[in-house]
Amino acid sequence: MWFSAFRGGVHPDGFKELSSQLPIKTLPLPKELRVSLRQHAGSEAIPVVKAGERVLKGQLIGRPGEGLSAAVHAPTSGIVTAVEEVLAAHPSGIHSKAVVIEVDGKDEAIPTVATLDPFTMDRAELAQRVSEAGIVGMGGAAFPAAVKLSAATRSKDGIETLMINGGECEPYLTADDRLMRERADQIILGARLIQYIINAGRIAIAIEDNKGEAIEAMRAAAKPYSDIEVVVVPTRYPMGSAKQMIQAVTGKEVPAGGRSSDVGVLMHNVATAYAIAQCLTRGEPLISRIVTISGGAVKRPQNVEALIGTPISHLVEQCGGTSDTPDRIILGGPMMGVIMPSTDVPLNKGSAGVLALNKREVAAPAASPCIRCARCVDACPMGLVPLEMANHARAQDFDGANDYGLKDCILCGSCAYVCPSHIPLVHYFQYAKGEQSAQKATAKRSDYTRELSDAKRERKEKEAAAKAAAKAAKRKPKPAKKAVAEEEDE
Amino acid sequence: MIAAIVVLTAMGLLLGWGLGYASRIFHVDSDPLVEEVTAMMPGTQCGQCGYAGCTPAAEAVVHGEAPVTLCPPGGKPLAVALADKLGVEVNLDGMSDVPLYAKIDRELCTGCMRCSKVCPTDAIVGANKQIHAVIRSACTGCEACDNACPEDCIDMQPDPMTLDTWNWPKPNVA
Repeated sequence: MWFSAFRGGVHPDGFKELSSQLPIKTLPLPKELRVSLRQHAGSEAIPVVKAGERVLKGQLIGRPGEGLSAAVHAPTSGIVTAVEEVLAAHPSGIHSKAVVIEVDGKDEAIPTVATLDPFTMDRAELAQRVSEAGIVGMGGAAFPAAVKLSAATRSKDGIETLMINGGECEPYLTADDRLMRERADQIILGARLIQYIINAGRIAIAIEDNKGEAIEAMRAAAKPYSDIEVVVVPTRYPMGSAKQMIQAVTGKEVPAGGRSSDVGVLMHNVATAYAIAQCLTRGEPLISRIVTISGGAVKRPQNVEALIGTPISHLVEQCGGTSDTPDRIILGGPMMGVIMPSTDVPLNKGSAGVLALNKREVAAPAASPCIRCARCVDACPMGLVPLEMANHARAQDFDGANDYGLKDCILCGSCAYVCPSHIPLVHYFQYAKGEQSAQKATAKRSDYTRELSDAKRERKEKEAAAKAAAKAAKRKPKPAKKAVAEEEDE
Repeated sequence: MIAAIVVLTAMGLLLGWGLGYASRIFHVDSDPLVEEVTAMMPGTQCGQCGYAGCTPAAEAVVHGEAPVTLCPPGGKPLAVALADKLGVEVNLDGMSDVPLYAKIDRELCTGCMRCSKVCPTDAIVGANKQIHAVIRSACTGCEACDNACPEDCIDMQPDPMTLDTWNWPKPNVA
């Protein structure tokens, strides 16, 4: 099916061999965990524990907030020292609310409920369990997994293909690669459980062709099941993006503004499938993940299984620390990851990598004017016109940027990667998208306040009329009680 | 019969002519554009722009006497919308990114209710001799309460930046 691979894309150097050869390492417990209440798409979780309380491994510490949100659990046993604002794993350096746990080292877990064979259970019940386990998309977007599952069960035409994303196209990252090599059976089990919940016809596991061993392992694990196919896709960034991968595997293009389900596909990352298997067979909530610690400044790059909330400084120390002062700390991959203000930030559910890059790796020449070579147009996997989008964004003409496809931009960074003028194209798109949503929010707000002020004016007028009526009534011998009361109020 | 027809016709003509004449003599210029622009304004009559209310402000904008960026509660979206409507260029650089909101100092508030009475959007809750509080989402930052407060316990403050409100800044390149 290679012929139908998506347009555009780039081939950045992989640097995957830095960390792909060593097995996943389990880390000793850190002294302190800072479990963020906002590590998923949607609203902040609401803390259900207080400072001083003892929590056990797997205990709920944050219930889902309003609307789109996800539950958060204690990754190990210990004492909650504070529920406070800590430095968030976010480029802004903003603080956000987290549950700080002083680890007691006993790793005492809450008793898990004995589970029946999940394949005999009610589908909605299983989706509910995934929701309670706080599982989110672990490829990076951190979208609550249960929301995707229940949306898929409700979708009109049903889901034909469940795709399990083993693309991992970001350079440096090998977490999914190692997971597939070492725990293929659990991933397949997770995929089958998702298939059961959403009633999908078949499963396609897509893996880039640079992960030979992972392909072997997954094929072996999938062998007993005739409806599971391991699809090898070419290595090209951004293969791991849902829309591109769907096109490469099924040949169908997700319409602009549409979702995967519009072409009968539901996609989950391999790590999410793994987490769902852990949750439905062993009753474990999402409290740890596999994360790649890599980059030129890390002494012993490796994949580690880390508890959510572990400070990333602890992760880097466990990999031998840094050889020279890292020039940049990135959470995620180098293409789409975000620069961290310091190593003092906690690990989140959606972070697949922690990169400490040295000076040579981050060499960023100053931007020069656009020469209109249109290389970004060739590279754009969505078929957009990045140079025009950036020009309009710079002139604050966001509608103009939208006309050139800003809304369909997946922020993959292919355009900025190929730009010979080193224009920070993605930064422009982030800026334009942010400004637009801020403007929308302000407009909504002023509509609301206008409604309020109109309501107040109306009320005042009514009050004035009532007052006048009361005055008129006063002249009569028996004034209405209510009108008098109102007058006294004034 | 004939007399009635004649009299009524004469009256009709006379009064019709009178009305027509009056409408010319006492004609008031009301610009439909002003009305449209007034409808776009927040409508809280807060006076932060320096005009007596939203309608005079709208007139000033339409007649080019005030910039489209005059309205702090409307913020950038209103400025952009006004510029669009009036077909003028807009420079947003000078506009504050962070709107200010009223905050009541609970140590100083005596619960006099004066602020809640003047608030155009009913954003202040509280009862007599009870501490008042501002509902952030309903506050337009018009400062009416600040001016009304006898204890000087109201402060205009920017909303603290959160992960939801933070946005990427504009790239700083040529």
